[in-house]
Amino acid sequence: MDALAVAVVAVVLVVPGVVLWRAVGGRRAFGTTAERATHAALHEASLASPPLRAGLTVDAATRSAGHLRALLGSAAVAMTDTERLLAWDGTGQHHAPVAHDLATDALQRGRTTVQRVTCGDPDCPVRSAVVCPLVLDDRVVGTLTAYDTDAGPGLVRAAGEVARWVSGQLELAELDESRSRLAEAQVRALRAQISPHFVYNALTAIASFVRTDPERARELLLEFADFTRYSSQTHGEFTTLAEELRSIDRYLLLERARFGERLQVVLRVAPEVLPVAVPDLCLQPLVENAVQHGLEHGRGRGTVTVVAEDDGAQCRITVEDDGVGSDPERIRAVLAGTADGDSIGMANVDARLRAVYGDDHGLLVETALGAGTKVTIRVPKWHAGVSAP
Amino acid sequence: MNTSFDVAAVAVVVVLTLGIGVYGLRLARTTSDFMVASRAVSPLWNASAIGGEYLSAASFLGVAGLVYAYGADMLWYPVGFVAGYLVLLLLVAAPLRRSGAYTVPDFAEARLGSAAVRRLASVLVVAIGWLYLVPQLQGAGLTLRATTGAPAWAGAVLVAVVVTVNVAGGGMRSATFVQAFQYWLKLTALSVPALFLLLAWQGDGAPDLAGPAGPVFRETTSVRLDGPVLVDVVERTVVVETDGRDRVLEPGPARLGPGTVVFPAGAEVPHVDRIERSTGDTWARPLSGAGGLEHPLYATYALVLATFLGTMGLPHVLVRFYTNPDGAAARRTTLVVLGLLGVFYLLPALYGALGRLYAPELLLTGRTDAVVLALPGALLGGVLGDLMEALLVAGAFAAFLSTSSGLLVSTAGVLVQDVLRGTVRDFRRATVVAAVVPLLLALAATSLPVSQVVGLAFAMAASTFCPLLVLGIWWRGLTPPGAAAGLVVGGGLSAAAVLSTLAGVADRGWPAALLAQPAAWTVPIAFAVMVGVSLATRSRVPAGVGRTMLRLHAPESLGLRR
Repeated sequence: MDALAVAVVAVVLVVPGVVLWRAVGGRRAFGTTAERATHAALHEASLASPPLRAGLTVDAATRSAGHLRALLGSAAVAMTDTERLLAWDGTGQHHAPVAHDLATDALQRGRTTVQRVTCGDPDCPVRSAVVCPLVLDDRVVGTLTAYDTDAGPGLVRAAGEVARWVSGQLELAELDESRSRLAEAQVRALRAQISPHFVYNALTAIASFVRTDPERARELLLEFADFTRYSSQTHGEFTTLAEELRSIDRYLLLERARFGERLQVVLRVAPEVLPVAVPDLCLQPLVENAVQHGLEHGRGRGTVTVVAEDDGAQCRITVEDDGVGSDPERIRAVLAGTADGDSIGMANVDARLRAVYGDDHGLLVETALGAGTKVTIRVPKWHAGVSAP
Repeated sequence: MNTSFDVAAVAVVVVLTLGIGVYGLRLARTTSDFMVASRAVSPLWNASAIGGEYLSAASFLGVAGLVYAYGADMLWYPVGFVAGYLVLLLLVAAPLRRSGAYTVPDFAEARLGSAAVRRLASVLVVAIGWLYLVPQLQGAGLTLRATTGAPAWAGAVLVAVVVTVNVAGGGMRSATFVQAFQYWLKLTALSVPALFLLLAWQGDGAPDLAGPAGPVFRETTSVRLDGPVLVDVVERTVVVETDGRDRVLEPGPARLGPGTVVFPAGAEVPHVDRIERSTGDTWARPLSGAGGLEHPLYATYALVLATFLGTMGLPHVLVRFYTNPDGAAARRTTLVVLGLLGVFYLLPALYGALGRLYAPELLLTGRTDAVVLALPGALLGGVLGDLMEALLVAGAFAAFLSTSSGLLVSTAGVLVQDVLRGTVRDFRRATVVAAVVPLLLALAATSLPVSQVVGLAFAMAASTFCPLLVLGIWWRGLTPPGAAAGLVVGGGLSAAAVLSTLAGVADRGWPAALLAQPAAWTVPIAFAVMVGVSLATRSRVPAGVGRTMLRLHAPESLGLRR
């Protein structure tokens, strides 16, 4: 048919292919033998690292033992914790049941031991073992044992280094864990931190309706109850945007009962983004800030605008007030964690968004003294590991 | 024909599309009432939006043109376009929604945990998106040329610019409502003229559509030819050419044009050489090979496979399911889509059939895709004809705009997120990139047959994303290497098949049929490769596949999903 047409379709199909090739980073042969050996060792280490970052568990040991054996070049590798064998990789599987007993000495003394292994099978390469302790904060938490026909000084040194490296990975794992515990504690603190002022103000506002409009007072009390439940309930790490907005609505309803006409609220929500999974309580601190800055610091009227928009593969949420605004330098200090004050919730939201989605997804704050404040967050519609219940 | 009506119709559609994009959401949803602001999109709205995004140039113009030229077998196109949603409903809709994925690459990463498969899927999304965009832009060029006489590039550039401005300017932030509006516009634009055409046909004494005769000129007809056309003359005919002189056409091949040729009433229509003449009864009989199609049984099955399985892999279709609040709503939406599309697809076949009676000259010029636009002028005439033609032009432009917008949003999203990461960070710039490439392709390849490229997009989607989605959802054993191998083999084979068809590697017989409709063999091969390589790499089954499967399949209400 038409040669041009063929060329065109070929272009359509080839261009993405080239882009893919570039993205994957087409592999080429490189370097001297020494460079290749270094690369091979580092590559094995990098493969062993991710499972170990989950801590010293059966799963982590099983998935990393093979790479550690490749790194050591020994016949077999065993990993134990203080209680039992976690994983065995390599030949001589029949020695696995006694591997933990072999490690007792190293576990108790915290030092590398070299031991003979007796075996009835003349073909079995497992004749001697180098047992190295895995040390974490001066505690022995487990051992790494390399088995081979003859444990020469080379294997002893290599096993010692590998054990030290594994210990380093386990320390990082503990660091990760304490970091996520800290983040969890922060969310819990945030939840417990429904401001006493807010409780007092909401209850007084409700009280003022009890005689004049008992029906409304009742509704507001129920909303208050729902709000406190949502805010203090422990649910998962993530929730849907719809849930989060519902809680904000309750909050704003109570604030409007208090401020009446002085507080105007504008909501603009694209229905396409309601199912997006967002970190729990990621909007509420921002809206609380907006109400505080927009109104409480003495001004007559204020408008709080909450917009959730569809933006391709992302969802963009802005919380805006037309209040007193603040000094950009101060906001910068708050987000950097170097200043305290009433914006602590904002810093927390910023840190959590960065932790989940990466540094591209922190808060974007536009403000100046007297010019109001606009806070924007962008959340991908899908992100690995993020899902609402 | 009255050009000003058509121009006005195009202008109105463009302004309405942009207007709803810019102001629609703001007016409808700016409120302080949360219950109004946060109302989830109902299945009917959502289904309308899917219909609006899905019904493309191929549906609005192409299907009628195919039925017109090749007869009853082509009815499998509309059937397949709809039934694709049945497969989607049964196998994919709810689990995919529960996975939380927004695009197929998201699904690949969620299910397989592999960045490489994700990237491969992203590249395929861009390839399919571009392949599907090219015929949309070409269709726009064709429509504008057929109705206003503007050069072919004008329509393509117009649609590309409008869509890019709309998408980059944020007009698709309220995509559901824009697209839902487009569905109802398209349905109206196709059904109202159809009603008048049917009445006119009744008034004409309801002549037989499937009689023993071939297509004839019912009255003296003057046919304008832009270039020379090679035709097969059936019977001896005396025509008048541009210079006013008579010319006797003897049975056999003849070269006509450029210029105007006037045929007498009652003359048999000479057919352009790529379409074989068929009588009414062959045309109406399935598997008769009307229009010169070879191996109609194979072609039918291949077509059925491509359309049934390809729909689920179209990038702009899947993203719409994300709007559903849960898996059950996704199923309800799909059910409504089946109804809405079913109604719509009744109409193109009607145009194709009436076209054989009232607009047979397109069989001579070969511009069969224009049959929908030619009918009102031929059958109704006068102001009514002009108005109906303008309505059809409006509907056709709605089809180009909505499908192109949806494709552009999906393609640009994937471009910015995966393919050009680090190079193009800005969604707007990615939108421009995503639009410029297919526009250049459409301008360069004006002679690329529209339906063939749409067929390629479907065949490619069916041979790549269908196995990935179906096996990913229903089989625990799928591994990242298996998925990658299947995507590469399926995508490569389907692409190679259509490239060689376009290059004319095989003209006749089995090779031609196999290459023109590759899905019947590429889809099974892709499935086999994916399963085979997965079985061979059993150790690479992702850890936690049980948890992923529970998440995909357990209804939300059971609360098992954590």
